[in-house]
Amino acid sequence: MLEEIAITEEGDLIINVGPQHPATHGVLHLVLTLNGEIIKKVEPHLGYIHRSIEKMCESLSYRQFIYVTSRMDYLSAHINNHACALIVEKGLNVEVPQRAQYIRVIMDELTRIASHELWWSAMAMDLGAFTPYFLAFREREKINVIMEETCGARLTMNYMVPGGVMTDLHPDFQKNVKAFIVDFKKTLHEYNELVTGNVIFQSRMKGIGYISKEDVISYGCTGPVARASGLRSDIRKIAPYDIYDKVEFDEIIETGGDCFARYQVRIKEMSQSIRIIEQLIDNIPEGDIQAKTKAVLKLPKGEFYQRVETARGELGVYIVSEGAAQPYRIKFRSPGFSNLSALDHMVRGYKIGDFIAAMGTLDLVIPDIDR
Amino acid sequence: MFSLEGLTSIIHEWLNGHLPATLALLAEFVIVGVAAIGLFAILGLGLVWMERKVAAVMQIRLGPNRLGPKGIFQTSADTVKLIMKEALTPSNADKFLFNLAPFIVIIVAMLILVPIAFAKNFQIWDLNIGVLYVTAVSSLSVIGILMAGWSSGNKYSLLGAMRSCAQIVSYELSAGLSIISIIVLTGSLKISDIVASQENGWWIFKGHIPAMISFVIFIIAATAETNRAPFDLAEAESELTAGFHTEYGGMKFALFFLSEYINIFIVCAICATLFLGGWMPLHIGSWAAFNHIMDYIPSSIWFFGKTIFLIFVIMWFRWTFPRLRVDQLLNLEWKYLLPISMFNLLLMTLIAIMGWHF
Amino acid sequence: MFLADYIKEVYGAVKSLLTGMKLTGYYFTHHKEIITEEYPNNRATLKLADRFKGEVWMPHDANNEHACTGCSSCEIACPNGSIKIVSMNVINAEGKKKKAIDQHIYRLDMCTMCGLCVEACPTDAIHMRNTFELSVFDRNNLIMRLNKPGSKIREGVE
Repeated sequence: MLEEIAITEEGDLIINVGPQHPATHGVLHLVLTLNGEIIKKVEPHLGYIHRSIEKMCESLSYRQFIYVTSRMDYLSAHINNHACALIVEKGLNVEVPQRAQYIRVIMDELTRIASHELWWSAMAMDLGAFTPYFLAFREREKINVIMEETCGARLTMNYMVPGGVMTDLHPDFQKNVKAFIVDFKKTLHEYNELVTGNVIFQSRMKGIGYISKEDVISYGCTGPVARASGLRSDIRKIAPYDIYDKVEFDEIIETGGDCFARYQVRIKEMSQSIRIIEQLIDNIPEGDIQAKTKAVLKLPKGEFYQRVETARGELGVYIVSEGAAQPYRIKFRSPGFSNLSALDHMVRGYKIGDFIAAMGTLDLVIPDIDR
Repeated sequence: MFSLEGLTSIIHEWLNGHLPATLALLAEFVIVGVAAIGLFAILGLGLVWMERKVAAVMQIRLGPNRLGPKGIFQTSADTVKLIMKEALTPSNADKFLFNLAPFIVIIVAMLILVPIAFAKNFQIWDLNIGVLYVTAVSSLSVIGILMAGWSSGNKYSLLGAMRSCAQIVSYELSAGLSIISIIVLTGSLKISDIVASQENGWWIFKGHIPAMISFVIFIIAATAETNRAPFDLAEAESELTAGFHTEYGGMKFALFFLSEYINIFIVCAICATLFLGGWMPLHIGSWAAFNHIMDYIPSSIWFFGKTIFLIFVIMWFRWTFPRLRVDQLLNLEWKYLLPISMFNLLLMTLIAIMGWHF
Repeated sequence: MFLADYIKEVYGAVKSLLTGMKLTGYYFTHHKEIITEEYPNNRATLKLADRFKGEVWMPHDANNEHACTGCSSCEIACPNGSIKIVSMNVINAEGKKKKAIDQHIYRLDMCTMCGLCVEACPTDAIHMRNTFELSVFDRNNLIMRLNKPGSKIREGVE
């Protein structure tokens, strides 16, 4: 296959980055066409971690299929679960108790911070700086501990159920989250000292991997990638779900469109997430954590769509129901897939090092792309 | 630690007293060879352990801590593992060059050891062109790297080797210029003369600001020449997996790995010799009492202390900075370091001519 | 002015690099910041969260009694088919036939710790336990029987 064509007729070098490569953070296979160090084409080859989650969901009930979605974008497992819970609630017209909504939003934002922390560390490692990795993981560990305490798991929590959340908050939850916020603010300066302000880092990032607003729209990029090019795309603002319309936060928009803009968007989003949590953490209302639902959930016949803002962008869940206890067809619109498709456009004409930097700022989670 | 001072002359006299002159010379060759290999082994094991510990603490981790006190035997265990591994040669490789390359790299590293003064009167060969010899021989290592990259038959290796070439060749310039700025002051290329000229103070202090600038430039150039982060483009883990030694495994890989650390040791030793007085203790002008106390510390401790400090600084760079891109790397050399060091050399020459240095 | 900009640029660059080195230098000199947990050595002090979902577990009281009626709710709720209820008919004191649990088979190797079985259980008979050192040498050891041999349902649990 491709291994046989080492050099094309024009004299370009073809390199396989992946499926096993330190920079792809998973089993992503990218075929690079190079002219010396200059990239002429990037061709992603998908499917190495395809587990046919969409097909699996068709044989699971509306309560069961939620847990599978934790395995798609495992860094924003809560938010994936949230989307699935919302769509079932939408279909069944269930009113979710206020307390559950508050808990869900706090958990979402904690997940977002954890995900961005991991992105920050992994991206710094792509650029050759190893120490940020451990500093970010120290902060992320605190979130994981909070999650473990309340949800019982650190990564694939399966905490959201149709109609609310599975268990009530741990008694120490509020105290620990507040302690985390204090710690987080204390260590935020390290991000600037070690990475953001660093002259090498800035020169690797500024003006690299540019993508315009028009191209962002045409490639269907969402999330921080789109917002870095000046596109308003935060689902939490455009189509608020749960109590996102009641909390105050800014949608971070940068106009640079380059790697540095994408970097800035994510760094600032972390502070916004902290802001959301601070508003909610003291005001969690008392009450039920789950609405009363039937033992067997059956969505009425029809089509349902729900979108949420994950740490990577817009996750859409589309369900076709025939009125049975299982979905007839389910489709996930995952943010990573669309963002990856813009990679080729971003890095053409840049060097291999820029390609790595651009890929780092896309924040790809490969199971999210392949599903 | 005892001083190594005078050890060589004792051995020399003893051998000459018991053996004919030719045999004595041969025996000295053997002793020097064994000592060099022994030093290599100790340095390789020690520096890898040091690197891992330094990295660990900077990254708020513990680092190796299982084998022996503070994990000190971890690197020995790793070496044993590498020895046991199969020495695989890929089928696409140019077999002869592929197997030759690690030896060239390690032999070059061994050759540069020759003129380094480890302690007072403890030196393999005090060449009269010592510094020139070092710069000349160290540029040979690029041949080994290019050979490894080309013969592997791997595109990552080739890219890594090409990057490494461009990098080492360009950074030799500013390294050479900053060496010359010290040569201007000493007026001799001989290592022993350079050390002796720093008896009343190290050049980094005596040479005013230009000496400091050339010290900084030399450190940067040395980091680049040894392919260390932030200039580790030849290996660039996240871009080229392992660069020029992607296809190497087992002991052949270990030789590359070892030579990396030996090279760090050597450039730091040269840097310590030129700027920090080599084995010369810290002497401050006319403070006789202070100078006398400093003299009690053996010269070998001074030398190794300074070298290890510089190695630590280079490790510190590695675990702090992100990697540069290949064109930025060359920009840094040609647009910043080279003009600065040329201007600096001019300034230094002026200082030397006018006799402004202490 | 070109020269002034040049020098300013170099100064800014060097300063940013030194700030980074200051931070790593801080961590190098402050060993109390080390966060490594030495896992097998800290077993005595290691405490996992109570809610940590390690494995499914059926609590038995002192009389070797549990609360499982054998209703198969957990089996239906499990998305992976890792629970299998084997029920039997017992004759109670009044001489009536009644369905009861014979074996509650739990396959740890197929379990994803989603907690849906615990959620579904009407009698609160199964729980998630925070044990985590579950590795075994034989795969068959991962297939467990949750109700202890000789155990029976607690009085009054329907």
